[in-house]
Amino acid sequence: MRVMVIVKANKQSEAGEMPSQKLLADMGKFNDELIKAGVMLAGEGLAASSKGKRVRFSKDGKQTVIDGPFAETKELIAGFWIWKVKSMQEAIDWLKRCPNPHDQEACEIEIRQVFEAEDFGPELREQEMRQREKLAAKS
Amino acid sequence: MTATDTHRAIDAVWRIESARLIAGLARIVRDVGVAEELAQDALVAALEQWPLSGVPENPGAWLMATAKHRAIDLVRRRKMQERKHEDVGRVLEAERAEAAPDIDASLDDDIGDDLLRLVFMACHPVLSTEARVALTLRLLGGLTTDEIARAFLVPEPTIAQRIVRAKRTLTEKQVPFDVPRGDELVERLTSVLEVIYLIFNEGYTATAGDDWMRPGLCEDALRLGRIVAELMPHESEVHGLVSLMEIQASRSKARVNKDGEPILLLDQNRALWDQLLIRRGLAALDRAAKLGSQRGRYAAQAAIAACHARAVEAAETDWKRIAEFYAELAALTPSPVIELNRAVAVGMAFGPQAGLDLADVLESEPSLKDYHLLPSVRGDFLVKLGRAEEARTEFQRAAALTRNARERQLLLARAQACGGATP
Repeated sequence: MRVMVIVKANKQSEAGEMPSQKLLADMGKFNDELIKAGVMLAGEGLAASSKGKRVRFSKDGKQTVIDGPFAETKELIAGFWIWKVKSMQEAIDWLKRCPNPHDQEACEIEIRQVFEAEDFGPELREQEMRQREKLAAKS
Repeated sequence: MTATDTHRAIDAVWRIESARLIAGLARIVRDVGVAEELAQDALVAALEQWPLSGVPENPGAWLMATAKHRAIDLVRRRKMQERKHEDVGRVLEAERAEAAPDIDASLDDDIGDDLLRLVFMACHPVLSTEARVALTLRLLGGLTTDEIARAFLVPEPTIAQRIVRAKRTLTEKQVPFDVPRGDELVERLTSVLEVIYLIFNEGYTATAGDDWMRPGLCEDALRLGRIVAELMPHESEVHGLVSLMEIQASRSKARVNKDGEPILLLDQNRALWDQLLIRRGLAALDRAAKLGSQRGRYAAQAAIAACHARAVEAAETDWKRIAEFYAELAALTPSPVIELNRAVAVGMAFGPQAGLDLADVLESEPSLKDYHLLPSVRGDFLVKLGRAEEARTEFQRAAALTRNARERQLLLARAQACGGATP
């Protein structure tokens, strides 16, 4: 399965400030580990929301372009990874090795599962049923 | 954390750490079978202790430390029992490992090398191909025996036996735990790449409705390939193989229709091609190219796949380039099937007569005598040249040769479409 790992923004990232040398080095090392383990599929940092825009879709189909920066800093995204893992637990385990992207401040990193084609089809349900049967037979 | 949570956490840790653990231990005890046992023992200890004490900060180091103590005991005991086969070097190695004050540091320095040694050992040519595949998936892929059995549609005891025998063979033949050098490296690396690509292809040919472990093999192979690429970043063929796998994997959603039947590349819905994997595949191909050495067989195949990947629509395909790459591939690994593929590409690039000229040469090729794609390809050229009668004969010939029912239907339909009198 794939997961998207989302790093939220903070005052520093929104101000366009570079993280400390130590954090850069630690983060570089962590990314290296991910690559060496064949887990890393993609990873990007996002520019501050002051450089971003939003397009608002109103109910009647009207579109309005809004310039950044945007207010709710801790809900904004500062960067993301896409990892290839066997389970959500594996993703959590990897994340435990990640340096705090906000240096000393508290922060949260979110892990979200990426939809695969099978998530939409009857095949997954069938597969689940087969697995349940198997487990039932074992117990 | 509940017991279940801990177990799940341990599963995940095992997946991340097991290969490095086994590799590091193999260096101490010089035997992958024993190394795996020691690693398993450490896992058992974790299963017993972590539910009570919690998952440690650095689970890999915990496992390694636990296993290392027993490894060193083992080596010491061995040394005492076999006084005449004193291997002072080995004991010193083990003692040095124990004395290492900063386990993390010594882990990082050597573990890449050890992992590579493990890769080469598991893929040693003294083992049969199936043994290499099973051992690689077990020691490096972290798959259980059951998972491997399900992936290859083989009973579990068969795989278990295969692995036991493989380990025994490595011990009996005294295969050294080393990274080969020079000429030997080239040959041994070929074996490694062969094993990885075999695993990938097994997954690639999985059909809908199969156990999900089967297509999962593509992911396992990709992961192994990526890992080896980082361990041997200067070997261009490794990047070539990774590129080929990334690009082939990029088509997995487009390759089969909802009835599970394969869709030809040129007919696939390219919107379903995974652009992330394509990007990675092109990047890997780039890395291979930048290393400057001549393109190997995997890089050449990847270059062909990349040509297709770059075309937004089938009509935009750069067939001339593909034809060139096929010529390159044919020079590296001459084969009538590659020649036939080259004929197709040449036909697309330079017109059906050029393609037919090449295909005609293959008519006398004994190994293609019963190969249905040869008359199928000739038939296609003949249709494009307006030689419908001859085309019909070829499609009928192809239909008679293929063992695939659906393919036969398609070929007979093409024969029919050529019109003309029915015999």
